[in-house]
Formats: sequence, C-alpha cells, structure tokens
Amino acid sequence: MRLSYTKALNRALTDALAEDPAVCVFGEDIGAGMAGPTLNLLDRFGPGRIVDTPLSEQAFTSMAIGAALTGRRPVIEFQIPSLLFLVFEQLVNQAHKFSLMTGGQTGVPLTCLVPGSGSRDGWAGQHSDHPYSLFAHAGMKTVVPATPTDAYGLLRSAIADPDPVIVFAPAAALPVRETVTWELAPIPLGCARIHREGTDVTVVAVGHLVHDALAVAEELAPEISVEVFDPRTLHPFDWPALAASLERTGRLVVIDDSNRSCGIGAEVLATAAEEMRLVAPPRRITRPDGTVLPFAPQLDRALQPHRDQLRRALRAVMK
Amino acid sequence: MTSPADSAGLGSPAGRYRMLRLIRGFEELALDLVRSGAITGGIHPYIGQEAVAVGVCAALRPQDRITSTHRGHGHVLAKGAAPDRLLAELLGRTSGLNQGRGGSMHAADFSLGILGANGIVGAGGPIAVGAAWSARQAGEDRVAVAFFGDGALNQGVLLESFNLAAMWQLPVLFVCENNGYATTLPAATAVAGSATGRAAAFGIPAAEVDGMDTEAVRSAATEAVTRARGGGGPGFLECRTYRFEGHHTMERLMKLHYRTAEEIADWREHDPLPRAAALLPDGLAAKLDASVREQLAAAEQFALGSEHPDPERALDHLYADGLRPRAGSTA
Ligand SMILES: Cc1ncc(C[n+]2csc(CCOP(=O)(O)OP(=O)(O)O)c2C)c(N)n1
Ligand SMILES: [Mg+2]
Repeated sequence: MRLSYTKALNRALTDALAEDPAVCVFGEDIGAGMAGPTLNLLDRFGPGRIVDTPLSEQAFTSMAIGAALTGRRPVIEFQIPSLLFLVFEQLVNQAHKFSLMTGGQTGVPLTCLVPGSGSRDGWAGQHSDHPYSLFAHAGMKTVVPATPTDAYGLLRSAIADPDPVIVFAPAAALPVRETVTWELAPIPLGCARIHREGTDVTVVAVGHLVHDALAVAEELAPEISVEVFDPRTLHPFDWPALAASLERTGRLVVIDDSNRSCGIGAEVLATAAEEMRLVAPPRRITRPDGTVLPFAPQLDRALQPHRDQLRRALRAVMK
Repeated sequence: MTSPADSAGLGSPAGRYRMLRLIRGFEELALDLVRSGAITGGIHPYIGQEAVAVGVCAALRPQDRITSTHRGHGHVLAKGAAPDRLLAELLGRTSGLNQGRGGSMHAADFSLGILGANGIVGAGGPIAVGAAWSARQAGEDRVAVAFFGDGALNQGVLLESFNLAAMWQLPVLFVCENNGYATTLPAATAVAGSATGRAAAFGIPAAEVDGMDTEAVRSAATEAVTRARGGGGPGFLECRTYRFEGHHTMERLMKLHYRTAEEIADWREHDPLPRAAALLPDGLAAKLDASVREQLAAAEQFALGSEHPDPERALDHLYADGLRPRAGSTA
C-alpha cells in the first residue's frame, strides 16, 4: 500500500473513532475535510462526534478541555499553526495544569493536531510558524512525526494518552509517501527513531528535516558516516537514545525549524554538553532568533534551515 | 432519580440556611488563618455573596457539574465538598481536596462534579460548556453551571462560549455574580449595555435576580436548570450581589478608595443570612449556627493537624500517566 502522510492521519483518526466511542473531533471546516485528515469522517461518524465549530478557537479549545474532563477523548484540528498563539492560555494554563493542580483527580486526554505546520510556501508571516518548541518548553507532550507510518502511530498514541498531546504535522512532510507492507500500529510517545546508522556524527533532525538530513547523509556518505536521529517526540525527549547514539559518534549536529533562542535545538545541545559524550563542539541549524517568515519565496526559504547549512555543520564538527 | 442537592443538604430552607452559615463561617475562619499566616497567598473571600452559590446549587442534582472562579469557596462548599478538606487545601496539606497542589484558586472535587475553581477570569465558562456537551453526548441529563463575576463579561472567550452554547442548545447555566466590581473597577464603568443584554443577544434566556436572596436565586436557577435539563438550551442569570470584604485579603493591608464605607454598610443591610434565617421556625437558626461552629472547629483541627506534603513529591501528578519530568538540576 502507498500511504501518504495526510492519509495516515486520516486513517489514525478513523481507527481511533471506530475503536473508542469517546473519541470526537472539533475544528474548523472538518466536516468538509478541508485540511485532509478529517476527510469522510462526518459521513461515517456523524455530527455528534465530528463537530464543525464556529471561528472561536479559544472557546472550542476550552470546550474540548471540558469534554476531556468529563469522559470524552477530543481531538482538535487547528487550521493554521499560528492559531496556537490564540489558545496558549487554554492549552498551557488550563489543559496542561489540571492534573497537577487537582492533585491527580483528573487527566486531560486532549489531542491537538496541526496539519501543515511551519512554512507552506507563500503563506507569509502569520501562517508559517512552527511553534513546537514553545509547547515542549511549557511541558505539553509534543510530537512531530516525519513519516506517514510515524504520523499514524504517534497520532494513535496521542489520542490514547491520558494527558494533552500536541501533534505537529509539518507542511513540508505532507508530500512524503511510504510503501507500507505491514499493519499500521500505534507507536509509543517518547521513543526516538534512528533512520540511518552512522559512526562519525549524530544528526538530530526534527520533523520534515529528517528527510533533508537523510539526503545529505547519503550524499556525504563517502566522506562522513552520519547517523540520522529523529526524536519524533520532543517532550518527553528520548534522552537515553541520544546518549547511546553519542556514545557511538561523539559528535552532534541538530537541525531544527524553531527560532534559535530557546528552541528545542538549544535544549538538545545543552543536555548533550552537560551529560553526554562529545568529542567536538556541537552545532545547531535553526531559524534565526525571533523569525518572522517573509512572503517572497526566496526570503521564506532563506530563513529556514537548509541542506547547505547542514553540509557545512557536518564538515565543521569533523574538523 | 435523586432529589435536588441532597449531597449538600440544600433541599430545605433549613439546609440552605445552614449552608449559608457554613460558607460564612468557613470564610471567617479562613480570614483568621490568613491573618495568622497559616494560609499563604491569601484568599478572595466570598462573604456577602453566599446566597448565589447556595441558591444555584440548591437547584442542582449531585451528578450536575460546576466550574468556579478565584472566589470559589462558596461554590465548592455548596456543591457538597467537605469543609475540612477544603480548609486543608487552603493550608496546603496532603489531606486537602487537591492534596495541597491547588490551593484556594484551584479547589476541585471531581467526584462531586466540581471541575475546579479557576485562577483565570472567565476560563470556567467554556469548560462548563464542554461538560454540558459531554453530558449530551453520553445521553445523560446532567446540567453544567459556570459561575463567573462581572469582570468576566469582558472576556472574549466567555462571549464565544455563549454563542457555542446557544447554537448547540447545550444544558448549561451561566451565572454572573455581579458584585459591582472587578477588583477596583466598577462594573458601571466597564460593561457596555447590560449583562443580561449580552446573553439575550445570543438568544439565551436571561434574568436578573436579587443575589442577596437565596430563595429568589433558587427559583430563578430552578427554572433555568429545568429548562436546560429538558433540552431547552442554555440560560443566564445575573445575580446582583456584593462582597462585604476586600477583593483579596491583601486589600486589608492597603488603603484603597474605590468604594465608600456607606456603600458597604448599605449592602450589609441586605445580608443574605438574616433573610434566610427569617424563614425558619424560632430558635432553629441558632441551633444550626451552633452545629456549624462545631463542624468548623473540627475542620480546623483536622486541617491544622494534617500532614504537609513531601518536597520530594512536588512534581507528583504533573502527568496523568505518571511521567517524571527531568529535575531542574543534575548536580
Ligand atoms: C483573565 C484575567 N485577567 C485578570 C486577572 C486578575 N484578576 C483576578 S480577579 C480579578 C477581578 C475579577 O472580577 P470579577 O470577575 O468581577 O470577580 P470578583 O473578583 O468580583 O468576584 C482580576 C482582574 C485574572 N485572574 N484573569
Ligand atoms: Mg466582580
């Protein structure tokens, strides 16, 4: 079977809805399946569970929290990554805090799905953010799948999880297709995946950048043996797997579509420097500090991590 | 079918009077404990507004749900929470409702449908809407109530919630406790139009009631709750009330001049307790007062005698699946 990334998300939602009557989906234009992941769900599961919402992100996010506190397992689809800024209060200050503040009386089994996060080519400043580091920093379980099968498996686990989980599906990963010959299955949160083994340098690549890292690793194979490490979940991060990889390679490059300061790349470097084996100073490739992606395609691309930067960083850590 | 409010004993005028007294006495005790330094961080006292919590909760069944506010002790008690465990929560003890993890502004008891006081003004509104939606999805005839102040009327998310509740005809009652002020800001200078007018604009039946009169609140709430339970959609009550104490206990330490002594004295004339006592046979109120005194003395002893939490366990419950985050230091 050829599986597209969006179809994988659609399959994950369909299977979760079919398996558990508590699962329901809220979002804008989801009945029509406009973004893809919710295609055909309304026909199959009805308006009681597939809820097209008015443009009231703050209210429907908190409403989903209220539903999660009372026995439902809601998924919210956000139409634009930057809408997350509107609901930071609801997600971070309410959903994330309920378990601790209530002394464990409740969990909040809420899943937020952001199909098309990061730059979408030509959507400019207010539609091109990639704020996964912000949520990892706040402590919300944060997932950025790179491949269709990971998207399926991680979304299934996110929905089954008793805590709020946010799933970023990078726009640049949506065109990825995979030939799948096995049964799709949930993939546990918090487990990294090594896409390619290597002995010289570990490249930690987030989301769609995994594919760039793999391409560069292949290209530089005669010169450098690169291990491509996909954390898949940014919080909780699979630190033991990273430590094991660095035991093998001792060198680290991170490629991360976050803004530079306080991005997950910074955290990976800091943790590696404090706790893991490094034989050379590590490097990271990120968006610049405080990035606003400009409209013109050349400018939009100029501020995102790219393969040239990765090649240079790999050669630098090998010096 | 369970009779209304039996978990908190609000089914009779005597039960309702007793709850008014319990809330009043609880708050007086809490004020003492703030003054002595035993309660850290202070509280937002509910004194003066008791008739709203008691009148509304008297219209509810145990399985109904509420969301509350920063000024939440009255709601939490009237919905049936144990005063000793609420007090222990205020004192940060492990025997508290939230094991000392929430404190005054987050007190919750999910077993009683109390989905939490909330530190963010207006935040409980949409959560109650979600609880109402859940109940309908589950085919249960539970109602949800959102308590909030006049200050919340200017939170966009609350107005969005009115729209969702009305569009989807959800069993939710919005209860605005208009005590005239958001901290020091008079509602008269902050709310354009009217509270009820805002709800009415969404097609939500809205009524203004004397929030110092428990029976008036109860009857208005009963009408709205009955309609909501029967599938008639949301309701809105504006309860005109007043807080006799400062916005927060910190206010005692400051000299703020946003309201006059005369205004406070005028409102004290409308104290809900004597009004509710007047409905009881002679001598009963005094007996109930004595029983509340005993209950609160026991609560104080229980709470002050309860264990403090172990700092090693400060991150317990951060994640419902028991995930342990990394410590703040590896040294
Ligand atoms: C969204 C938000 N803004 C500001 C505050 C700070 N604050 C806490 S209570 C309060 C006043 C609230 O007034 P009202 O809603 O009328 O409730 P009352 O205190 O009168 O019971 C303010 C400004 C807050 N907690 N949340
Ligand atoms: Mg007020």
